[in-house]
Amino acid sequence: MNPLYARRRRTSTVAMALCVAATAFGLAWLVLILATLFWNGLAGFSLDVFTQMTPPPNTSDGGLLNAIVGSLILTVLGIGVGAPIGLLAGTFMAEYGRYSKLTSLIRFINDILLSAPSIIIGLFVYGAIVVPMGGFSGLAGAIALAVIALPVVVRTTEDMLLLVPIQLREAAAALGMPRSHVIKRITWQAARTGLITGLLLAVARISGETAPLLFTALSNQFWSVDLLKTMANLPVTINNFINNPDPNWKRLAWSGALIITMAVLALNILARSLSAGRQSK
Amino acid sequence: MNDMSIMESTRAVQDDVKVAIKNLYFYYGGAKPSLKNINLSLSTNQVTAFIGPSGCGKSTLLRVLNRMYDLYPNQRAEGEVLLDGENILTPKQDLNLLRARIGMVFQKPTPFPMTIYENIAFGIRLYEKLPKSELNGRVEKALRDAALWNEVKDKLNASGLSLSGGQQQRLCIARTVAIKPEVILFDEPCSALDPISTAKVEELIDELSDKYTIAIVTHNMQQAARVSDMTAFMYLGELIEFDETTKMFTSPAQQRTQDYITGRFG
Repeated sequence: MNPLYARRRRTSTVAMALCVAATAFGLAWLVLILATLFWNGLAGFSLDVFTQMTPPPNTSDGGLLNAIVGSLILTVLGIGVGAPIGLLAGTFMAEYGRYSKLTSLIRFINDILLSAPSIIIGLFVYGAIVVPMGGFSGLAGAIALAVIALPVVVRTTEDMLLLVPIQLREAAAALGMPRSHVIKRITWQAARTGLITGLLLAVARISGETAPLLFTALSNQFWSVDLLKTMANLPVTINNFINNPDPNWKRLAWSGALIITMAVLALNILARSLSAGRQSK
Repeated sequence: MNDMSIMESTRAVQDDVKVAIKNLYFYYGGAKPSLKNINLSLSTNQVTAFIGPSGCGKSTLLRVLNRMYDLYPNQRAEGEVLLDGENILTPKQDLNLLRARIGMVFQKPTPFPMTIYENIAFGIRLYEKLPKSELNGRVEKALRDAALWNEVKDKLNASGLSLSGGQQQRLCIARTVAIKPEVILFDEPCSALDPISTAKVEELIDELSDKYTIAIVTHNMQQAARVSDMTAFMYLGELIEFDETTKMFTSPAQQRTQDYITGRFG
């Protein structure tokens, strides 16, 4: 064999081996985390987790019902506030302000917000809402989550709309369609799966956030759906329970972690399969 | 021949003009014009073909006629484009109403992400509020006019994206004629199509010219010769020659036209 070619083949083999090793190293941690989670989470898992309230310490029963419901409320409200604003802002950037300097500026700031540590956002909402309102509340928690969801939705909306071919907009405009109509009926429609994927990813992102809720919704040992009072939620409950020596609390913390992970995993798989369906079309 | 009849005959010629382009310059943003002093007219119910090498400005010219360039900042046109005598380049021209009168079919088929039926009904609803039965009739007529009805009548609720490329292009033509424009602009409508679909679209253009004033940009000189009544040859942003198609392809006045048509350059 030509020595030059043989050397290239050796280099290629080594490079591939390194790549495979790096991938395996990365995946190994994920597998370990999931395995630990399943091991500990399933150990104390029962239907009670979904039907009973969080227990006081030194008991052996109880569940996470109030935390699960609280998390659902906070997430739904957070996405309900963040998503429409994000959708409209992303639409402005891709449709109306595509060529303006303002859009570049918004994109830059949005990227900063996107990578801002979530605890900073929690502190901001603490200062802006919790203090003036005189106490922790579910409402403040939902707003903190909305602020976290917002840049995710802005980014995916703009990206997805930019993927819609310009020819489609021209074709719609050539029929004499007003801009708002073109956006509503053509570009949003063409980018629909991508937009939904973005929303699902934003839901996945905020449903596991702990830091912004610590200073806002706090948590609640009891059943409460009052938005003006503290509200139980899974991430903070996990945080509180896992730091406590009580074995029953530890068990419930693991169950809660498993529930969040499964929910986020399911959302991600749903988002992936939606965008895969779009590509195969 | 007395004065009266001379005047009448002049008017008859003028009445024939649907779109008059006068001293038109176009800029993509820089100081260098992409179209230089274009003067020509599209006659009512005639097919005018624009030929010339890539980058000569023929598509640009077409996009001035329905002010498609207005979608983009910095692009601007100077001069006049008169549609039935009214200058459409003025800022007060309503672009949506203009585009309803001057329809456009693009190079790449662009069906909307909706059903075949909706692709057509959608445009009609923009301008008219019709009862369902009448709307159905209009959709059918548009599809028949575009020679697509027989192929799609059993699957009107299928996605427009499920059609073949040639069918998609005819769907786009149907969509354009459905809103009853007066002028239709074709921007290389067959360049993404196979020969059979091309033949169908050309036949269609021929039929449409009974009712509409048509301008077509094409890279294919045989196509220009086949479908058009008048041909304009453009080169580097200038109109080199504009005459009846038969004359352009047999005895053009300009050497450059002759060279291009015989394949010596471009």
